[in-house]
Amino acid sequence: MYKLSRSRVITILAICAAGIFFAVPNIMPNKDVLPSWWQPINLGLDLQGGSNLLLEVKLDEVLKERMGSIEDAARQIMRENRIRYKSLTSNENGVKVAIENASSRTRATNLFRKIDEGITVEDDGNGLLNIHYSDAALAQLKRKIVDQSIEIVRRRIDELGTKEPLIQSQGADRIVVQLPGLQNPEYVKTLLGKTAKMSFHLVDSAARAADAKRGKLGGKYKLAYGEMGEPYVISRKPVVGGEDLVDAQPSFQEGQAVVSFRFNSHGGKKFGEATRDNIGERLAIVLDNEVISAPVIQSAIMGGSGVITGDFTVESANDLALLLRSGALPAPLEVLEERTVGAGLGADSIEAGVTASCIGLAAVVFFMVAAYGLFGLFTTVAVFMNLLLMLGVLSLMSTTLTLPGIAGIILTIGMAVDANVLIFERMREEVKNGRSTRDAADAGFTEAWSTIVDSNLTTLVAAIVLFYFGTGPVRGFAVTLAIGIATSMFTSVTVTRLIITAWLNKYKPTKLPI
Amino acid sequence: MIRIFKWVTKDTNINFMKSTKITYAISTTLILLAVACITLKGFNFGIDFSGGILMEIKSPEVIDVDAMRDTLGKLDIDELNLQSMGEDGTEIVIRAQAKTLDEKAQMGIINQIKEALGSAYEYRRIDLVGPQVGDELKKDGVIASVIAILAITAYIWFRFEWQFAFGAIIGLIHDILVTVGLLSLFQMDFSLTTVAAILTLAGYSVNDTVVTYDRIRENLRKYKKMNQTDLLNKSINDILSRTILTGFTTLFASLALLIWGGDTLRSFAFTIFWGVIIGTYSSIYVSTAFLAFFDLRASQNEEAINPFGNA
Repeated sequence: MYKLSRSRVITILAICAAGIFFAVPNIMPNKDVLPSWWQPINLGLDLQGGSNLLLEVKLDEVLKERMGSIEDAARQIMRENRIRYKSLTSNENGVKVAIENASSRTRATNLFRKIDEGITVEDDGNGLLNIHYSDAALAQLKRKIVDQSIEIVRRRIDELGTKEPLIQSQGADRIVVQLPGLQNPEYVKTLLGKTAKMSFHLVDSAARAADAKRGKLGGKYKLAYGEMGEPYVISRKPVVGGEDLVDAQPSFQEGQAVVSFRFNSHGGKKFGEATRDNIGERLAIVLDNEVISAPVIQSAIMGGSGVITGDFTVESANDLALLLRSGALPAPLEVLEERTVGAGLGADSIEAGVTASCIGLAAVVFFMVAAYGLFGLFTTVAVFMNLLLMLGVLSLMSTTLTLPGIAGIILTIGMAVDANVLIFERMREEVKNGRSTRDAADAGFTEAWSTIVDSNLTTLVAAIVLFYFGTGPVRGFAVTLAIGIATSMFTSVTVTRLIITAWLNKYKPTKLPI
Repeated sequence: MIRIFKWVTKDTNINFMKSTKITYAISTTLILLAVACITLKGFNFGIDFSGGILMEIKSPEVIDVDAMRDTLGKLDIDELNLQSMGEDGTEIVIRAQAKTLDEKAQMGIINQIKEALGSAYEYRRIDLVGPQVGDELKKDGVIASVIAILAITAYIWFRFEWQFAFGAIIGLIHDILVTVGLLSLFQMDFSLTTVAAILTLAGYSVNDTVVTYDRIRENLRKYKKMNQTDLLNKSINDILSRTILTGFTTLFASLALLIWGGDTLRSFAFTIFWGVIIGTYSSIYVSTAFLAFFDLRASQNEEAINPFGNA
């Protein structure tokens, strides 16, 4: 009666063999030569060392700017079409225009719609027009800004030569950057903290800064400041912008670090014309609204390339060149969260985890053997098999193992024997009720099953909830816990059953050693 | 064979239900103390929830904590907290907050501290959590806990009669309250991993309760004439060896983690360790004892939903 069919035996052995097979890469000395489907477990940044940054794309600032230019366009349109308006304001959500005359309002509405694609104009019925992007257009615009930001972040990080960085979007306006092995994220944060919008502006040397401060500038000029706070009056419209740059490299000029750059043909032409027409004037080089330097134009620069001089060190020239090469971020980025673990701590954590696992395993094995003797030994086989299966599944799924994940493995070792204990206790009872050896062994497995499922499912529920709401390391814990529950239910029921069946068949005992 | 623990697998006949009056008093006191502790002392929220920075640094020499506190005290930062770590005094944990709660200011602190300390140290860990993310993590933690409790209740409700679901939930809430009370009492770091530990504890606690309830239900069907108190006692005794064995193996595993698992996992391992103890206690003295208030037979439904085919 107590028999396992051949197909079941083969299935059980096949699953175990597959588990071992996929766990093997974890102890192989040279992991680089293995095929991509046969790899060891990925170690999380908290184990291998590295930096995890959560960045926010400041969409509001871009939108504010965008709405500002729509406001300018609207003003222009109303001036050209002689439409009288009472007020004109903008914020990141849209532009508001108050026009009293109803027919002008209708005319303006139609004209405003043509400013940009996806723009809607609403009349609130009280003479106030609301210009904003439609929800779809706004979502698309935001998506585009985030995608562009990711691209620029990727370019900047690639320049640093970090191995296998992971850069991806999270939610509507966030970017996750994972840099394995990186020890000093401060530099990366500095690099990512700059939008690096560069532009060249003519300086109005005649205007006095004092006048400028009192607001006596025309619409064509604006005030900008240098690094030390020195004021410059510069043209509102740039001669040429950073988007026309194709290359930038650090170099030296008269022993001083400088950044040499090259424009594309469009930018080179504009730059050439501007320098030709303004010899003797000063040209301000503005980076993120700060004037880096404002050299006097000595001669026309026609080749489309030039150098930026300024108060550079070798490092800062290098950084600026890198930023200019990789392009400007469409929006400023802000670091919301940073988690950096040094390689030393990571290695210590792995060591501690392995030590704790081995000791935990030894304690559990000792206790089971001390309580159940031979059957305890059978359980030990199941516990080791469970460990191998867990490693195999974790490797196969290429999940990331974190420190709490290791904790999950250790806990699973402790909890996994629960199923076996339930089974053995059931067998003991059946023997007590006068059942034969084989019947009792059989009943132990079948009668304990529903309790095993019940009790494991509650822990599984907790693991699933943790997976959905946890981030990073906690999620790693949830994954190992869930996998551990699944594999331990398999091994403690099938593997021990296989061993006990084999043992019963070979020795035909008259009594269960329970 | 070295079956020195064979005694665990012996049959017992202990009258657990006799001491319920005392254990009711103990449980109620524990809960009241926990609530008092939480209201009076609050939690020592780690930076996961409060926001701020945490740096773990190591020096080749023994670190003079007071001197370092003086150095860092001159900086423009709030809630500076230095804590020595490990046995040999070469490691230290620095916690701090920016004066203004915004992301930029937080970021600045790391640089300030690094500059003030110089390059003689190894920076083993740097965590920065902006206030925005801190609030989100706090919210997620609460949602996760509530959903886990609801999901577990729903599951038990589905598998057992309502008195059982009620009892399991009371046991669960008892365990969670007493555990967080203990965390509050010792002012242990309350972080994301703590929430993970509490949810695991919840899983374990209910697991233990479910096994007991399974047996109670089985015995209700088997011994139709037995007095209910005797039946509860018998059920607990029936599975006592299992309770002890599984309790011990899980306790061993978490103890190994507590001792050898490193500083990062300490509060996590402690929570689990404690959870196993309180979870085992509560499945007998809270969840099962609670059933004594009801007449289980009256509502025992032979046709109870049972998708897994119980015996």
